[in-house]
Amino acid sequence: MSSRLPGRPSAAWKGSAFVALCGAAAAIIVAMLAIILADVVRNGWAGLGWEFLVSAPSEGMRGGGVGPAIFGTFALVLLMTIAVVPVGVLTAVYLFEYARPDSAFARAVNLAVSNLAGVPSIVFGLFGLGFFVRFVGGGIDRVFHAGELAWGKPSILWAALTLALLTLPVVIVTTGEALRAVPVAAREASFALGATKWQTISRVVLPQSLAGILTGAILAVSRGAGEVAPIMFTGAAYFLPKLPTRLTDQFMELGYHVYVLSTQSPDIEATKPILYSTVLVLLFLTFLLNATAIAIRARFRAALRPQDA
Amino acid sequence: MEGGSNDATSVKVSARDLDVFYGSTQALHGISLDARANRVTALIGPSGCGKSTFLRSINRMNDLIPGMRRQGRILLDGADIHDPGVDVVDLRRRVGMVFQRSNPFPKSIYENVSYGPRIHGVSDRGTLDEIVRTTLEQAALWDEVKDRLGASALSLSGGQQQRLCIARALAVEPEVLLMDEPASALDPLATARIEELIHELKERYTILIVTHNMQQAARVSDTTAYFYLGRLVEVGPTAQIFTNPAKQETEDYITGRFG
Ligand SMILES: Nc1ncnc2c1ncn2[C@@H]1O[C@H](COP(=O)(O)OP(=O)(O)OP(=O)(O)O)[C@@H](O)[C@H]1O
Ligand SMILES: [Mg+2]
Repeated sequence: MSSRLPGRPSAAWKGSAFVALCGAAAAIIVAMLAIILADVVRNGWAGLGWEFLVSAPSEGMRGGGVGPAIFGTFALVLLMTIAVVPVGVLTAVYLFEYARPDSAFARAVNLAVSNLAGVPSIVFGLFGLGFFVRFVGGGIDRVFHAGELAWGKPSILWAALTLALLTLPVVIVTTGEALRAVPVAAREASFALGATKWQTISRVVLPQSLAGILTGAILAVSRGAGEVAPIMFTGAAYFLPKLPTRLTDQFMELGYHVYVLSTQSPDIEATKPILYSTVLVLLFLTFLLNATAIAIRARFRAALRPQDA
Repeated sequence: MEGGSNDATSVKVSARDLDVFYGSTQALHGISLDARANRVTALIGPSGCGKSTFLRSINRMNDLIPGMRRQGRILLDGADIHDPGVDVVDLRRRVGMVFQRSNPFPKSIYENVSYGPRIHGVSDRGTLDEIVRTTLEQAALWDEVKDRLGASALSLSGGQQQRLCIARALAVEPEVLLMDEPASALDPLATARIEELIHELKERYTILIVTHNMQQAARVSDTTAYFYLGRLVEVGPTAQIFTNPAKQETEDYITGRFG
C-alpha cells in the first residue's frame, strides 16, 4: 500500500460526489418533464378524438372541441412568420454582413435586439395594444375610414405583428449565428472570382446558412405559438363561433384558450377534462415544431456533408 | 529551361516597395517584384515568409482581413490597383486565384465551375456546358468527374478538389493567375498534369505560383523569387537562381541546407 499520496481517496470521493450532484440536477429536469407529460397525457388522452380537434366549444366550454383555436393558432403563426422572417433575416444580414461591427448604428441595433429579448411578454401585449391597435389601427381608421371602427380594434393582424416583435430577436440571433458559421474560405472563393458582395451573400452565404435560418424561424414560431400575454389584448377572442377570414377579424388561439378554460369558464371543474386535452394538443404542436426544426437542421447538415454520387 | 528570354515580354504585374501589416506585425517589407506577361514567376521560401500574403495582395484579397494595412504600390499593366477609380470586383475578375487550402463551394461540381461565368452574366446552358468541360479538361479532372457533374464537390478527394478549384478559376478567363501551392495535395501524376497545364496556360496568362517543391519551381517557372521573413532576398531567371544564386541564403534554402 502506498502512503506517499495522502488525500487521494478523499479527492476521488469528492469527484464522484460532484458527478452525482450534476447527474441528480439533470435527472430533476427529466423527471419534471416526465411528470408534466404523464399528467397531461393521462388526463387529456381520453378526450382526444377527431371530433375534439375539429368542433367548436359548446355548452359554456364544458363540451365540444378546439377546432377554431387550432385554426386560429395556425393562422396566427403563419401571419407572424410572414412578418418576422423577412424582417429578422434582413436585419441579421445587415448587422452581420454589411454594418461595421463598431458603428454606432450596429451597436444600437444589437442593444435593441438583446433588450427586446429580455422584455416580459405582457409588456409586448400592452405595447401591441397601444401601438398597433390604437396608434396604427386607429390612425388608419381616422385617415381612410372617417373614424369608423375597422382596423383600430384587436385583430389577428395586430396580434401576429405583436408576436412577430416578440420573436424577432430569436430570428435575428439564430440567423446571425448561421451567417457567421459560413467559412471565410467560401466567401473568399466567391470574391476571388470577381463576385460582388451582394452576389456572394445571395449565392454563397445565404444558401449555406439556409438550414440555420429555417431552424431559427421554426424556433421563433414554436416560441410564439405558446405565448398568451402578447395576444390577450391585441386580438385573441374568448369565444368565436366563426373562423377568422379577414386580417381585421378576431380569433381563438390554443394558448389563450387554455387560459380561458382554466380561469374564465363558468364552471372550471367541469371543463377540466377538456382543459387537459387542449393542453395536450398545444404541447403536441410545440413539440412537432421543434422536431421539425431539428429534422431540417439534420437534413441540411447531411446535404452539406460529402456524399457519393 | 529558356535561359535569358525573360526580358522578351512586358511587365504585367509590378510591386513597388510593398509593405503589408497584419495589426502590428509586418508580414511584408518593401517588396519590389515584377511578373512578366506569358511567364511563370515562382515564389519560394520557408513557411511564414509572406508568399501567400504577397499573392493575396495582387488581387486585393487581403482587403477582406480586418486590421490589414498596406503601403507601397502594385501595378497591373502599369496602373495602380489601389487607385480610387479601380473596381476591386473587376480587378479580381482579371486576376484569378487558386487558394492554398482548396475551397470548393458546397454545391455540385458543375455549379462550382460555372459559378464564375454565371455571375459575370453567362446564362446560356450550352456555353456553360462548354466552359465546364474545357476547364475541367485543362485541370485534368474531366475524365474522373464527367459522369457525375451533379455530385457534390465535397464528395471529391482533396486532390480532386484542388483541381476543381483550378478549373473554377480558369472559367472566368483571368489575365493573371495566382496559384498558391496548387499541387500540394496532388499525386505525382496529377502534379505532372498541372505542370503541363501551367506550361500551356503561359501562352495566354501571367502566372505567379507559390511552391515548396524546388524541382517544381525549377521545372515550371521562368523567374524565381526567394522570400525570407517577409523580405525579397533574391529574384532572377530560374536557371540562374537554381544554378548560381547571388546570395548564400538562397543557395542554402534551395539545396536544403536551410535552417
Ligand atoms: N490573417 C492573418 N492575420 C494575422 N497574421 C497573418 C495572417 N495571415 C498571415 N499572417 C502572418 O503573416 C506572415 C506571412 O504569412 P503567409 O501566409 O503570407 O506565409 P507563407 O509564406 O504563405 O507561408 P506558408 O508557406 O506556410 O503558406 C506569417 O507570419 C503569418 O503568421
Ligand atoms: Mg502560404
